[in-house]
Amino acid sequence: MNTVLILALVVAALTAASFVFARRKARAQIASIGKGAGLGFHSQPGYHGWFSGIISGLGAFLVMIAGLLTGLGLPITLMAMLVVAVIGSFLASGRIQKDFRARTYVEYFIKTLLVVCSLIAVFTTIGIVLSLLFESLRFFEEVPFLDFITGTQWSPQTAMREDQVGQSGAFGAVPVFTGTFLIMAIAIAVSAPIGLMIAIYLSEYAGHRTRKIVKPVIEILAGVPTVVYGFFALLTVGPAIRALAETMGYSVPTQSAITAGLVMGIMIIPFVSSLSDDVINAVPQTMRDGSYALGATKSETMTKVVFAGALPGIIGALLLAVSRAIGETMIVVLAAGRAANLTGNPFEAVTTVTVQIVALLTGDQEFDSAKTLAAFALGLMLFIITLVLNFIALIIVRRYRARYD
Amino acid sequence: MPTSDSIHASEFALKRLKKRHAKERRFKAFGLLAIGIAVMALFWLLSTVLGNGLNAFIQHDMTMDVELTESVLDPSGVRDPDELRKSNYRRIIQNSLYERFPDVTDRKAKRQLFDVISSSGAPNLIRQMVYNNPDLVGQTLTIRVPTSDDVDQLLKGNISRDVSEDRRKISDQQITWVDALVETGEIKSRFNTGFFTNTDSRDAELAGIGGSFIGSLMTLLVTACLAIPIGIGAAIWLDEFAPKNRFVDFIEININNLAAVPSIIFGVLGLAIFINFIGMPRSAPIVGGLVLGLRALPTVIIATRATLMAVPQSIRDGALSIGASHIQAVFHHKVPQAGPGILTGSIIAMAQALGETAPLLMIGMVNFNTEIPNGITDSATVLPVQIFMWAGNAERAWVEKTSAGIIVLLLVLLLINGFAIWLRNRLEKRW
Repeated sequence: MNTVLILALVVAALTAASFVFARRKARAQIASIGKGAGLGFHSQPGYHGWFSGIISGLGAFLVMIAGLLTGLGLPITLMAMLVVAVIGSFLASGRIQKDFRARTYVEYFIKTLLVVCSLIAVFTTIGIVLSLLFESLRFFEEVPFLDFITGTQWSPQTAMREDQVGQSGAFGAVPVFTGTFLIMAIAIAVSAPIGLMIAIYLSEYAGHRTRKIVKPVIEILAGVPTVVYGFFALLTVGPAIRALAETMGYSVPTQSAITAGLVMGIMIIPFVSSLSDDVINAVPQTMRDGSYALGATKSETMTKVVFAGALPGIIGALLLAVSRAIGETMIVVLAAGRAANLTGNPFEAVTTVTVQIVALLTGDQEFDSAKTLAAFALGLMLFIITLVLNFIALIIVRRYRARYD
Repeated sequence: MPTSDSIHASEFALKRLKKRHAKERRFKAFGLLAIGIAVMALFWLLSTVLGNGLNAFIQHDMTMDVELTESVLDPSGVRDPDELRKSNYRRIIQNSLYERFPDVTDRKAKRQLFDVISSSGAPNLIRQMVYNNPDLVGQTLTIRVPTSDDVDQLLKGNISRDVSEDRRKISDQQITWVDALVETGEIKSRFNTGFFTNTDSRDAELAGIGGSFIGSLMTLLVTACLAIPIGIGAAIWLDEFAPKNRFVDFIEININNLAAVPSIIFGVLGLAIFINFIGMPRSAPIVGGLVLGLRALPTVIIATRATLMAVPQSIRDGALSIGASHIQAVFHHKVPQAGPGILTGSIIAMAQALGETAPLLMIGMVNFNTEIPNGITDSATVLPVQIFMWAGNAERAWVEKTSAGIIVLLLVLLLINGFAIWLRNRLEKRW
């Protein structure tokens, strides 16, 4: 690693040296022609310098990559880089003259660099899809796809020994998905009304001062890392719910769907409220004024006019919240448990897709066992579900925005 | 009572109006209730963390004299540092304790006495001292060692003295010793500097966030180097240079989608591509930084674009009209105007990355590290993951440590975000 760092610094140094050398040369050339000669030049000396610097730097960089890949020693690579950079600098500065369009080339290079930056986001998506797809396909060679999506048994521990009983490894993902959706439903049931009401109150009722106090508080809620929520659920909310249930004569485990769902709901409140806030504010004031003119109260205007007008946007916001809840990991890892119960009862421990991915991929792993590959299959499902949700939500929100623009 | 008999003032209408107004009040009350619930939840969360964690910043230490007996540590008398490493430092500590309490003779009692102090912390402390300076052998040192976590909890009042002996983790005999030591001032409470300098440990009294904090810094450095320049570059291109066609539309949709992909998926990507395919080291900050960098990339792009879009077109047009090239107009005029906003957006994206846990579990940063990482390729962990690992322990001392870790994390996040907001208020221009 240190070699890479040294080599990268050398590339930077060579680039800088080449830049300074060419710029000085360009300046000298202009000065030798006479005062005001610079105006006749297409490019300013700095651009000639950059041109030379880029040529040398790129050359040295390519040599560095080649050296690292072929395993050449550090001294040889350094020598080669130096030679290439010097040759590049001489070639580039040899072209310094009145008509040479150094600026055009430099700008072309910058634009290319910007395009590459934009493409990295695309490559990330492609990387995600490919890595999930390949491993998932290997998984589905061992476990048929239909068994995976319809099976109701999830116990991914494959047998360590031939004769082990009950350790055959079952990969029916139904309990995992029901658990995920159960917790998501609880989280949305908590966050949707609360988040919406906060948005409505802040945009329609609250005075300037209230808003100034409440908004940062909600933002703090959004800035708390999810692992902190998980710890809170495990340490405080879970036992509190258990104690509450015990006073009513029920027994609820500390790790349960309701605990994870409640805390996740709290986590999503700011998300829902800020998205709904945008949506509600996008409804034109004229619609409100029209409603008030007819004698409607604020709440009637809100529920019957603004809310109706904002409904598509709010649905879009809720879909994003759903996708967020499905993909949330740390809260469920700490508060929901790992037992794959197929149940709709929120007072039982359930497991989720993300919990299973964490359980299967942390710790020691062999890369060809169905157990590890199952995590990639789950990841693929998770990715597809959230992608579809986000996509629909984005389309809805975009259409909705266009409506009032 | 209005006497008019118009339909708006009839008894029926008034009743209805009353109902409508009641509904209005109810609606408003629901709004207040919602805000109340959110504020209460935050308050509950913070009070849990503060209530459990503040105590961890104080720890009880015991001051003791230890005689570094030559016959125990270095029978050969050569003072070879490598040999001295293996010597029996436990014995040294035990001897010192037995000397302090000469009436303890029973073997079980002796073991209990030794358990009053941190049983691996004390020997390790002296081992390190002797290794650094072999000439210490034969002298008598005064050292300060942490008490065991149970004693610490007892003195903080978290272990009740009233319950029967078999139901608490500390015996009556140990309590008498501890009380005696507190009486003489040998056990004192001090600010827990070890919590900030130590690495992870199996013993709660020795565990600290030093290692994971450094790990977080290294990871964040890699993240910033990746996400900020690339994100700004991409945003500039999309805002200024991108042609209007289907492919660019696809890139835009792709970036928006990427921002909403669950973070754990980025961890799976890191595991499959960086570790298994490219062969980078597991658990290293470089991989963690790359993964978080890709995760933060869409955030940086979206924030930067928003600021760039807010810069009035006239600034760019002015530059173009006096002969600047497109690149010059953008880089010399538009981007500097958007600078503060870009900076704020990037800082907030880094704060988000700092709190991220799930993707780092995937690439193996959830491991037990007893050494502070020296470079970005060493095995390391980060603060949120450290918190996650400690959160699994239900024991009181660990709950305290976990909460204290959270307090530090939240404070750092608060500082970073506060700095970003301060910067925005100070530098941002309104057009």
